[in-house]
Amino acid sequence: MVKLKVNGSDRTFDGDPSMPLLWYLRDILRLTGTKFGCGMALCGACTVHKNGQAVRSCVTPMSATAASEIRTIEDLSANGLHPLQQAWMQINVPQCGYCQSGQIMQAASLLKSTPHPTDEQIDEAMAGNICRCGTYQRIRQAIKMAARKTA
Amino acid sequence: MSQIENVSRRRFLKGVFGSGALVLAVRLVPPVFGQGQTQMTGGQTDADTAALHPNLFVGIQPDGTVYIVAHRSEMGTAIRTSLPMVLADELDADWKRVKIDQAIGDKRYGDQNTDGSHSIRSFFDTMRECGATARWMLIQAAAQQWSVPASECSTEPHTVIHKATARRAGYGDLVASAARLTPPRKEDLQFKKPSEWRYIGKGMTSVDLEKLCTGKAMYGMDAHVDGMVYASIERPPVLGGKIKTLDDQDALKIAGVQQTVAIDPFKPPAAFQPLGGVAVIADNTWAAFQGRKKLKITWDNGPNESYDSVAYKKELRETAHKPGKVIRSVGDSDKEFPTTNVAEADYYVPLLAHAPMEPMVALAEFKDGKVTAWAPTQNPQAVQAIVSSELGIPKENVICNVTLLGGGFGRKSKPDYVAEAAVLSKKLGRPVKVVWTREDDVKFDYYNAVAAMYMKASVDDKGKPTAWLQRSVFPPITSTFDVSAVYGDPPHLAQGWTDLPYDLPNIRIENGPAQAHVRIGWLRSVANIYHAFAIQCFTDELAHRAKRDPVAYLLDLIGPPRTLDFTNVQYPNYGADYKTYPWETGRLRNVIEVVADKSGWVKKKSGKGHGFGIAAHRSFLTYVATVVEVEVGDDGEIHIPRVDTAVDAGLVVNPEITRAQFEGAAVFGTSIVRSGEITAKNGAIEQSNFNDYPVARINEVPVQTNVYIAESSAPPAGVGEPGVPPFVAAFCNAIFAATGKRVRDLPLSSNSDFA
Repeated sequence: MVKLKVNGSDRTFDGDPSMPLLWYLRDILRLTGTKFGCGMALCGACTVHKNGQAVRSCVTPMSATAASEIRTIEDLSANGLHPLQQAWMQINVPQCGYCQSGQIMQAASLLKSTPHPTDEQIDEAMAGNICRCGTYQRIRQAIKMAARKTA
Repeated sequence: MSQIENVSRRRFLKGVFGSGALVLAVRLVPPVFGQGQTQMTGGQTDADTAALHPNLFVGIQPDGTVYIVAHRSEMGTAIRTSLPMVLADELDADWKRVKIDQAIGDKRYGDQNTDGSHSIRSFFDTMRECGATARWMLIQAAAQQWSVPASECSTEPHTVIHKATARRAGYGDLVASAARLTPPRKEDLQFKKPSEWRYIGKGMTSVDLEKLCTGKAMYGMDAHVDGMVYASIERPPVLGGKIKTLDDQDALKIAGVQQTVAIDPFKPPAAFQPLGGVAVIADNTWAAFQGRKKLKITWDNGPNESYDSVAYKKELRETAHKPGKVIRSVGDSDKEFPTTNVAEADYYVPLLAHAPMEPMVALAEFKDGKVTAWAPTQNPQAVQAIVSSELGIPKENVICNVTLLGGGFGRKSKPDYVAEAAVLSKKLGRPVKVVWTREDDVKFDYYNAVAAMYMKASVDDKGKPTAWLQRSVFPPITSTFDVSAVYGDPPHLAQGWTDLPYDLPNIRIENGPAQAHVRIGWLRSVANIYHAFAIQCFTDELAHRAKRDPVAYLLDLIGPPRTLDFTNVQYPNYGADYKTYPWETGRLRNVIEVVADKSGWVKKKSGKGHGFGIAAHRSFLTYVATVVEVEVGDDGEIHIPRVDTAVDAGLVVNPEITRAQFEGAAVFGTSIVRSGEITAKNGAIEQSNFNDYPVARINEVPVQTNVYIAESSAPPAGVGEPGVPPFVAAFCNAIFAATGKRVRDLPLSSNSDFA
């Protein structure tokens, strides 16, 4: 039995402890904003926050989530849109949008630790998140815009 | 007149799919006037059931809500926004009061295969007609109410006005009386002047934007119905393979696994049939994946087991060095090849996988002889066709709901994955969601063809070609639909090969045969990728050999502004009428001149470790020229500080979205050049995931891509694909400028000069 918090709610899980958090979120809690892209922590589409840190939910077994607080894109911001989401909209970042939950969760984690990232810091933090549509230029702009706004 | 149109439509379909291919018997453009326009074959849209429903694409309710049908698939090009926006403009609707209805697959909409960068081009007029029809009816209703001539009435957004008497009526209030009117004939419609457009040419952001940024957008991967089970399928590793022995005992021991189900192998040609294999059925995706890993299967691989990419590359190259089928010839290039002053080069592009971020996935429910599917598909009518033939039920009994697509790039035009879900649902009597892993996606794609190009020219004392020979060899897409096909078909040869735009006295364009051993399919830009790569890089080689500026040299080869003459040449022109969409060298020259100017080409000097490259190409009826800047470190690491791209796509409906497509194309092209390569050994694909099929990441892509859209009065052309081919060639030309090393074999990661 694994006890954890997901988006502020207490949850218990008594299934296969090796099941990745991704599938618990998607198939069992039906929180589908977190995406499956590779299953090997190679693309970042499944990024969520575990105790405030960005993690790849596709390789995080449920056994490793005990007593942790998980936050997903559905609950990134308690009141309205997160500054990153606002910037994402203002700059028209998404194309297909499938990777963007993961991109935004990764970027939120970056801004928390580094409120004013340089280009190099953005590249370093975001290099694990693939966007096949190729929205990277706008992702970089949007992160900078959100950083300015939250200054 | 209409007869002529019908003939050209048939020719279009034949051209696109080739003979022997799976031909979808649909009209390109649906009838929206007269009888037959409201026949229902599937589900109803909100537009269908609205109080005022002038045609199949629009409906208006008394509260003023306007429903507009999006019949094309949304995979990131914002087509679900841009086409309805055209209708809304001609209706003079307030965009805030428009709701978009995503259409199911239904032949009443005409072509729905969202592929080939032709959605705007093919449906721009239809959308305008449908909007203008509704507007006409609302104006008539107001005029009757006010007893004034309709000609004195005009509109502001969502309102009919009569200026002389200062009367106004909202669209919603006019719905009831407008609904009693007979829709107008096409000849009676009045269209806005382009100066009156509110949305066309100005653009709108995606209607899905907020959902895309908040995790609320629903993709195929997110589809759910109560009682569904999850399936993961172990497919034959070699195309055409069959199960020899199966032991599923350990798989069945996995908690959550319910059972296994064998899927029959396909009967060649593969087309869109399931590949066969064994499905593991489970309570959730993870259990299905785990169970599948425990399957013990031995395979009878069949004849494709001999496929080996290293040997195949050699074969292609040998074929490329032998005379091939002549596709087009100008002058007499045989006699014009002296033994001196001959330049020649071989180019190679491997198989490429699409790898959209959302792997293939589909949910299907078979019930009472009908299938309801939810799928991220570019081609819902092809879903109807393949599910119908796999299950032996009428097409009309296949309801294909189109979800958002987590990327497509052409892969999701081929609905084998939807057929798998339907076949399994029929066998199990329950809704089944088939989820592909990334490994499945990489190993069981319809790959962009591997291609070898041989280029040869003899040049005069100024370095200009007097004779030009180009020969390509690649397994054609038609082989997926006809196993005997080995030569390129006219529509794909016409993708930047047949239509070499150079003004040279002697030209010979050839194509040689190649047998396919995997499924070959359309990938963003398709054959233009390898064709433009060879032509534009070889041109750059000749420019440097002649010690001439590459931009000036390219313009010299293109020659004066003119319309290319394809008399006696098979040139399908992307299915478009040649009179409406002629190949105009002046437009290619223009984008080259614009990009040279905007990029500051004349002031830029390439040198050690820093280079600029140019390439220009017309594809999907759009003219593009691209300048790429690269910096190469002492360690060989290649950095792309800047890309400039000039685009003439005719009338551009949504400029901001168009810019984004060209930014994305530069990233897509970066992946192709740096690391795009699929290989086979013993018939099986060697790559599996983003570790061994890497795609470009944020630190590897152009830092800044500037897009310049030419003002044009020409009719609209494609924007999703045309950015890729010139980028690939310009990037390679820039690498040469910075390093002195030619990139003739893609990708860099397996090219011994660069790896």
